[in-house]
Amino acid sequence: MPKVYVKNRELVLPGDLLAEGDIEVTSFLIYKHASKYYSTIIGLVNVENDRKVGIIPLEAPYVPKVGDIVIGLIVDLGITNWLVDIRAPYTAILNASDALNKPFNPIQDDLRNYYDVGDYIVAKIQTFDRIHNPTLTTKGKGLGKITSGKVIEIEPSRTPRVIGKKKSMLNVLTGETGCEVIVGANGRIWIQCTNEDLEEILILAIKKIEQEAHTTGLTDKIRNFIEEEKKKRGLS
Amino acid sequence: MSEKPKLIDENGLRHDGRKPDQLRPIRIEVGVLSNANGSAIVEYGNTKVIAAVYGPRELHPRHLALPDRAVIRCRYHMAPFSTEERKSPAPSRREIELSKVIREALEPVIFTELYPRATIDIFIEVLQADGGTRTAGVTAAALAVADAGIPMRDLVAAVAVGKVEGVIVLDVDELEDKYGEADMPVAMMPAFNEVTLLQLNGVLTPTEFKKALELAAEGIQEIYKLQREALRKKYIEVGVEE
Repeated sequence: MPKVYVKNRELVLPGDLLAEGDIEVTSFLIYKHASKYYSTIIGLVNVENDRKVGIIPLEAPYVPKVGDIVIGLIVDLGITNWLVDIRAPYTAILNASDALNKPFNPIQDDLRNYYDVGDYIVAKIQTFDRIHNPTLTTKGKGLGKITSGKVIEIEPSRTPRVIGKKKSMLNVLTGETGCEVIVGANGRIWIQCTNEDLEEILILAIKKIEQEAHTTGLTDKIRNFIEEEKKKRGLS
Repeated sequence: MSEKPKLIDENGLRHDGRKPDQLRPIRIEVGVLSNANGSAIVEYGNTKVIAAVYGPRELHPRHLALPDRAVIRCRYHMAPFSTEERKSPAPSRREIELSKVIREALEPVIFTELYPRATIDIFIEVLQADGGTRTAGVTAAALAVADAGIPMRDLVAAVAVGKVEGVIVLDVDELEDKYGEADMPVAMMPAFNEVTLLQLNGVLTPTEFKKALELAAEGIQEIYKLQREALRKKYIEVGVEE
């Protein structure tokens, strides 16, 4: 007989008993021991129809996933590849062939002409498994070197809230401030605004989302927050 | 060596007024360091210990990495000002050993297999020592690991039990450790009731040992409640603001 011991959106801690019996588990952060399911992390539980249990972690290191869009920092150059910090436990590799639209010859050409140490790039995780470090690609729409705007950092586990359900939060952020925003799955966010005041408001709003990521009704709260800040600065 | 003080008075109370099965006042706070991925400070009476967790992160030198799981590195260290006489900051034989036993107390709860080739670094710094520093260290380190968002089977809580003037007592402090007959630090996974660390210094009869272990388990459950409260507090405080 399946039994769920927690309420939807309840805060759970490592070792908390979540459910027992024939339950569908939607997260690898749930640990099964003798037909009982336990939480392994600080998070909020998702319960669906008393049969399906999942966890949204509140604190989690960034672990790369194939297909993620991340914002990386070039930390080193190899002969035909760059090493990129993506705030994960593993340094990512960007091969010249995955960045340039032409063959790369290290004798005639220099990688520094494209990306140098200290540059930020928007990239996609191409491959990653337990044995190999992640590889990136910057071929594709919207990918490549960041040449303007700002990059800010938040806890990687909070990025889903900055995007929101069906991008609702992201739409509020871009709509209310008129800024361009790219949210990297690794907790780096690129922003570009037309106006310094708007940029400041946007950063404050993102930091507020990070701090209150576990609360409900956040999208409306952020909309009000941005409007208030705009009034304070005489922008609306 | 100075003369042995009276540790248990005529009312059966201990030198600091505690009952034999009473813990010292405990204070726990989580997320106290901003540069670490996870951190916690724990006080058992006058014992004060801070723990910081970094990682999972890349392991250097590379050859130490394990292909199938993360390496856990643990450093227990006493600050030079933590004791009555200045302690040399160089790691002593005792600190190296305690680093190892604390690591082994935490290893069974951490899902290291999720982060192959990486490392999880745990730093435990004793700020003030008054007995039971290793147990406070384990309690703090487990919270710091949870705060770092590293998946774990359960928290770990620890407390020392001992024998003082023939009485089995909970949460042994410096004086009782020095003049008592036995000192036994115990760490457990409170939700699963499994022991992850057990050391014994001194002599206990088998019945005394059983009684001491039971007493430790009770103390650990109490500490576990405080640990959970401290972890929840970090989130609930922000939530109340709404």
